[in-house]
Amino acid sequence: MSDSDTVGRPGAPGLARGARGGAAPDTAPEAPISTPQGSGGTPAQPPKVITRPGDKIFKALTVGSGVFVVAMIALIGVFLLIQAIPSLADNQANFLFGRDWDADPEGGLAFGVLDLLLVTVFSSVFALIIAMPVSLGIALFLTQYAPRRLARPFAYLVDLLAAVPSIIYGLWGAYVLAPALAPVSTWLNENLGFIPLFATGTSNLAIGQTIFTAGIVLAVMLLPIITAISREVFDRTPPMQVEGALALGATKWEVVRTTVLPFGRAGYISASMLGLGRALGETIAVLIILSSTTSHFGFSLFDGGDTIASKIARAAQEFNDPRGAGAYIAAGLVLFVLTFVVNAFARSIIAGHKEYE
Amino acid sequence: MAKRIDVKDLNLFYGKFHAVDGVSLAVPPRNVTAFIGPSGCGKSTVLRSLNRMHEVIPGARAEGKVLLDGEDIYASTVDPVSVRRTIGMVFQRPNPFPTMSIRDNVVAGLKLAGERNGKKLDEVAEQALRGANLWAEVKDRLNRPGGGLSGGQQQRLCIARAIAVQPDVLLMDEPCSALDPISTLAIEDLIQELKKDFTIVIVTHNMQQAARVSDQTAFFNLAGVGQPGRLVELDDTERIFSNPTQKATEDYISGRFG
Repeated sequence: MSDSDTVGRPGAPGLARGARGGAAPDTAPEAPISTPQGSGGTPAQPPKVITRPGDKIFKALTVGSGVFVVAMIALIGVFLLIQAIPSLADNQANFLFGRDWDADPEGGLAFGVLDLLLVTVFSSVFALIIAMPVSLGIALFLTQYAPRRLARPFAYLVDLLAAVPSIIYGLWGAYVLAPALAPVSTWLNENLGFIPLFATGTSNLAIGQTIFTAGIVLAVMLLPIITAISREVFDRTPPMQVEGALALGATKWEVVRTTVLPFGRAGYISASMLGLGRALGETIAVLIILSSTTSHFGFSLFDGGDTIASKIARAAQEFNDPRGAGAYIAAGLVLFVLTFVVNAFARSIIAGHKEYE
Repeated sequence: MAKRIDVKDLNLFYGKFHAVDGVSLAVPPRNVTAFIGPSGCGKSTVLRSLNRMHEVIPGARAEGKVLLDGEDIYASTVDPVSVRRTIGMVFQRPNPFPTMSIRDNVVAGLKLAGERNGKKLDEVAEQALRGANLWAEVKDRLNRPGGGLSGGQQQRLCIARAIAVQPDVLLMDEPCSALDPISTLAIEDLIQELKKDFTIVIVTHNMQQAARVSDQTAFFNLAGVGQPGRLVELDDTERIFSNPTQKATEDYISGRFG
């Protein structure tokens, strides 16, 4: 109300301009309105700001919370760095490109993180490749196809998957899924073994302590995360968009394709990256499932090995020597940085589509 | 092209709520029919039932007949999707697809219908944008997103999108209610031109607008709160606004209620 009053006075000369602007086709009719307001020229009175104690307290609280989060992340980074530097200085191997891990301080430190990093990324990406399409399917089913009566309990069930502790997933993976997958992995290995992905690896297929098993378990763990966020985003598709597509004669799938998917795309990608972050850091399930090995990672799904997180967890009981522990903390630092890279990557994807939102 | 509509004893429901009771009316081709009436009287509901958009709301259903050149669009053999391809609709708020360019917005309906020929699509896009009086304003930025246009331009983009598929009928649900007076005027002028090719039904809250753009006017009203809306009177616009036969119509038009 008061807004239109203030615009009224300086807007008067602008009105004539606006009318002519309407005739000239390339100027938008709304454009002139902002100009007279900005260059009004009337000596602006100092605005009277009313502040009550509540404002001050609330502001302090919110600013404090914001600073706290940033400080926490910075402090964690600094902690990792400080702990890692002495060990890195003593390291006799190339840390980033070395493939062998010897963090026993007795014989001199020689640790390289490359193999751990590769297994971490490889298993997580494999999990993501399985989880992304399945989550997309579940989220679309829940928001677009399922009858409302079914959608709610079903969504609740999917959310419940996120609440299952990862140790349970680990046990299930190692004792139920791993043997059950043996025929599948044997078949893949025998028939598609010429592809490096399915080549014979370091792990026994009959027992199934492979990256293949771990990746599938990780995928199940990612499902609820990606599904929950995607579902929220898809649900927020503006009804006007949906009606617009329907009125053009779009079928259900065409409505999804022209409105729901483009609208939810950025949210779906963020959700997937959040899931990837979870997979990269997952520790206990991977620790239980994967068989440890001393041979190098060969880019096969049927390799064993260790991710950064599971390697650290395996050694955690023996952190009695700061130099040995420092080696593991250095690996942790790599994981820390990796999650940052993943997040930055996700953001760059989303930013690329900003124009259309 | 430009078919006539005959509505016969149409009853509309939202779940158990009886929203519109026994509407019968006829819309001749190449003619503008305006629906007026107080809020909640069911005029938008009737409009949405004319291309079977009413039923996309969960629980909503329709009883009765809507004949498009004699063919019942509610017959059990008729696919609602194909009905909507021949009866276009423009909504209250402009709703271009935000992720599509201006050109792609215009040809979205054709693409849904399976047209893939890029050259043909370009031609249709130009034709439809000219038809919607928008071509001169956007011809240099056809590949920019449709969401970057002003509100009035977006609404004309939506009209272009609706007419690009060459519908038989064009339905407009308060198309100017979110627009400024200049954009409203542009749309009203456009309706006069579109009338040459299309049968148009428009819902409006603005009685001057109904008087300006329409050939015949239908007045809807409620008997009371919780009662279904019904059609009170349908007549030539001139007669409705000068000499209506019903007392309720006269009261509404002269501003005595609603």
